[in-house]
Amino acid sequence: MMENWLMLTLVGKDRPGIVAEVSHALFNMKGNLGEASMTRLGGNFTIMLMVSIPEKKSAVAEKLRPLCDKLKLFFHLDEVEADLHHHIEPDVRISIHGADQAGIVAHATSALFKAGLNILNLESDVGGNPENPVYIMHIEGVAGKGLDTVDKALQTLARENNVVASMTPIDTMVG
Amino acid sequence: MTILNVLVYPDENLKKISQPVKDFSADLKKFVRDLEETFRSFPGCVGIAAPQVGWFERIVLVDISHKPQHASHGFLVLINPEIKFYEGTSLGREGCLSVPDYTGKVERAKSITLEAVNESGEKLQFCMSGYEARAVQHEMDHLDGKLFLDRLVGRRNALSRRTEVST
Repeated sequence: MMENWLMLTLVGKDRPGIVAEVSHALFNMKGNLGEASMTRLGGNFTIMLMVSIPEKKSAVAEKLRPLCDKLKLFFHLDEVEADLHHHIEPDVRISIHGADQAGIVAHATSALFKAGLNILNLESDVGGNPENPVYIMHIEGVAGKGLDTVDKALQTLARENNVVASMTPIDTMVG
Repeated sequence: MTILNVLVYPDENLKKISQPVKDFSADLKKFVRDLEETFRSFPGCVGIAAPQVGWFERIVLVDISHKPQHASHGFLVLINPEIKFYEGTSLGREGCLSVPDYTGKVERAKSITLEAVNESGEKLQFCMSGYEARAVQHEMDHLDGKLFLDRLVGRRNALSRRTEVST
């Protein structure tokens, strides 16, 4: 029988206990969690998780609603194909940082897309203080047109946007 | 020669501690040849440890020579290996034949001094660093029942100046 996989997206003001309560609610519905990303973004807690669950999307939503109302969480469910066990290995890690400025993600990711980069993971933070915010971004991906092309794109990006941009090859050791 | 079956996590046998080799017999040499053939059957792989095939003696094979960007001592048969000296740290990405479809970041010593014996019981000593040192440390962990999963560094890694791999 085909497994029924849902992607649960959930956002709300951070408070202790969100992960435990949500995962317990899914467990009570005989849900089996797959891969997940759960992180605090600003003062919000965000969850994107895959869950294989016997019940239909509408029934799961109905059962999650009281808990999400109590915790003041927005949530959304989508039916997805699991496609597990097909991880793609990144071959490059990119770091970009500098004074926070509107458009840096758009500029960086457009330049990297043109340079053939397929982004597998992107994490960014705003640090520094409110008067002088600093933007820090880490990207891992696959350089489809080679590392030199990515490196050149980063040098241009750094020059034109006054940020520090660097890359390190990832040479995964399998033993 | 025979290609041996590789144990896959969560097989509990991967947590066993392997015993020192005491008997340098023809059986040992035959096993090392089988282990090498098993290792060679996985393209891109740089090492294997005896317990990965259910043989719980302190034997590891390492060969990174197909990655010419890294300094290498060639094909190494390391029996009863011991790391006598560690220096520095380096962060790199590792995967394992016994943990399919997952890789993660692991911190290892950047340079090591290693003593071992070969299949005839003769003493060997190596100083190595970077990728080859990482491979040896990864394989030697298997002898103590450890996997790279036991040493993972979290995904979120801020502004680290540590080396991602190589060197």
